[in-house]
Amino acid sequence: MPSFANLGYDTAHGLDTCVLLLSFALLYQRRLFGVLTIYAWQALFLAAAAAWQAHAQQAPHLYITAGIALVFKAIVIPVALHRIIVYLDIHRTIETALGVGATLTVGVALVALSILLVLPITTASGALTRESLAAALSVVLLGLLMMITRRNAVSQVVGFMSLENGLILAAVGVKGMPLVVELSIAFSVMVAFIIFGVFFFHIRERFDTLDVHDMERFRGERR
Amino acid sequence: MNPVELILAIPAASALLLALLPGYKLAARANVLAAALTLAASLMPFFHRPATTPLLLIDDFNIYLVALTAFVAFTTSLFSARYVIHEVSSGRLAARYLRFYHAMYQAFCFTMLLALTANNLGVMWVALEGATLTTVLMVGLYRTHEALEAAWKYFILCGVGIALALFGTTLIYLAAQPVMGEGMPAMTWSAILPRVGAFSPAILNLAFVFLLVGYGTKVGLAPLHAWLPDAHAEGPTPISAVLSGLLLNVALYVVLRFKMLLAGNPLALAPGPLMITMGLASLLLASFMLYRRRDIKRLFAYSSIEHMGIITFAFGMGGPLANFAGLLHMTMHSLTKSAIFFAVGHVSQVKGTQKIADIRGLTSSQPLLGWALVIGVVAIAGLPPFGVFTSEFLVLTTSFARQPLLALLVLLGLLVGFGALVMRLQGLAFGPGEGGGKTSPAALVPLFVHFALVLTAGIYLPGPLVTWFRHVADLLG
Repeated sequence: MPSFANLGYDTAHGLDTCVLLLSFALLYQRRLFGVLTIYAWQALFLAAAAAWQAHAQQAPHLYITAGIALVFKAIVIPVALHRIIVYLDIHRTIETALGVGATLTVGVALVALSILLVLPITTASGALTRESLAAALSVVLLGLLMMITRRNAVSQVVGFMSLENGLILAAVGVKGMPLVVELSIAFSVMVAFIIFGVFFFHIRERFDTLDVHDMERFRGERR
Repeated sequence: MNPVELILAIPAASALLLALLPGYKLAARANVLAAALTLAASLMPFFHRPATTPLLLIDDFNIYLVALTAFVAFTTSLFSARYVIHEVSSGRLAARYLRFYHAMYQAFCFTMLLALTANNLGVMWVALEGATLTTVLMVGLYRTHEALEAAWKYFILCGVGIALALFGTTLIYLAAQPVMGEGMPAMTWSAILPRVGAFSPAILNLAFVFLLVGYGTKVGLAPLHAWLPDAHAEGPTPISAVLSGLLLNVALYVVLRFKMLLAGNPLALAPGPLMITMGLASLLLASFMLYRRRDIKRLFAYSSIEHMGIITFAFGMGGPLANFAGLLHMTMHSLTKSAIFFAVGHVSQVKGTQKIADIRGLTSSQPLLGWALVIGVVAIAGLPPFGVFTSEFLVLTTSFARQPLLALLVLLGLLVGFGALVMRLQGLAFGPGEGGGKTSPAALVPLFVHFALVLTAGIYLPGPLVTWFRHVADLLG
């Protein structure tokens, strides 16, 4: 018969898995608006995971983290980025990322890597901590992968923010970690800065370009 | 009042006040005043050592770095005041872009001092994150395409670095929590250090890898250095001086704090080999890259990567002598490189260009400035009688005694870098020179003060300083 402890375990586990799955969905999403929608869902599940941990660990301050994730990440940021995309007129952009198949294969390898890294060394910690840490590290690595494979500044920023979701997931999953609220606020400020930068300086593409002529002019030395 | 609180309160309050000041000329003067007050406050812990609080800490390791940071911040504020006024009057920079420049400068000093004095791993992380936020606007100050690209690259790369460092910090807490219990003590550096021996070594290892890669991005270690030359070259020169003189040092200091944690646990992996590899890679890569530089600020930015490589290598070797050399080199590099950027700033203003090919014969057209640059390059290339020679000599001798093969690689890197700098110096300083305006000798005072300190350290290191460096070198293990 499932006890209450098991229910707690399963809920936390389920929410972590949802966050991780949405990271995969971000990898193959090609349309910019689609990327935003999925990011908003991921933030929503992160908020739910943080709220559940607040309840399970009897740590009321984590409700604040959950609130930040809900209001700031799941609503304010996607709306703001939506407007920026319309303003910069880049919503038709079809990204020439690494192929979907290749990206997903690398993604699966990264998840395997983080499980192999985290599980053997955390045998002393509780099962829940171990598994949510493995999921969190996977989200971090998938966020990095997204930043590498995307060519467009806005989706690169979304990759960065999904990486950050992984960090918050790790921080709320570790029992009793202090300063989680402060750290998540500090990170949100940074994200706000980046989005402000995209808007203010009209950064459409990330600056990497394959055009050799441009590379000499912008990336190399002044002549 | 705790002196550390004063050290932090002055730049924080000045940042707020400067944000309200509209005129850039007045703000530049107020900036100098604030930096001078911070410098005075930073000397107070030498007379009265403040007690360790859960959030702030002054110990033998950071007390001298706090003073060094405040000193370089002060001399740079002097240089910066002249620099920005000249940039605006020559029309290269619109005055309205300077609206928050000085407030950001003070906020940056605040984050640097906070990172140095933080006793809490979370606060330390927030401080380094704040350093990225405050400098990124200044790197993009000129708003040219190149400057924006440099700022964006800096932001994204250091953002990822900072993110990885946060994951490492979480892991340190995970390792500490079973021993220390839940809550603040498990993230307080002075509380976990004595008990780190009981932590799970495997988690510490993984944490250190994330922390080294994360904070190492800010140190500019290869292969994570890509932001550094762009940010140095495209930003205003005072910012290049504080990036090289302060930020790289402080980021390395944070890495060393975590190295001390790992050294306290006999079962954890030795951090040495990782640091030696990254240090050597940075040194060799940067010294070869020096040859192809056409931009004078990029040239010295690569030289900064080279020197951070040497310092990381020295700390990776470990032991009293190598640590001593590393500490000395941190100080010497910070003083010399910021002075070189002062000189470079004046040079690019009188000549109106940063292209090495267009700057010729400085010693005949602007003798004082030209010779200042010569002194700087001679010092940074590691020639006696300057302090950089002393520390590089120590690094080499101690590694020859212990790891001759690695020492050969270091020697190769040093010689290659030396060759590149001397080759560039030929064209820059000697031969027929023409054109360009004059610099007033008063503007060069901060620069010569730095060189005088570096020269003094090269000839004679005062006894108390030596005992103290030795003591810290023992602490570092």
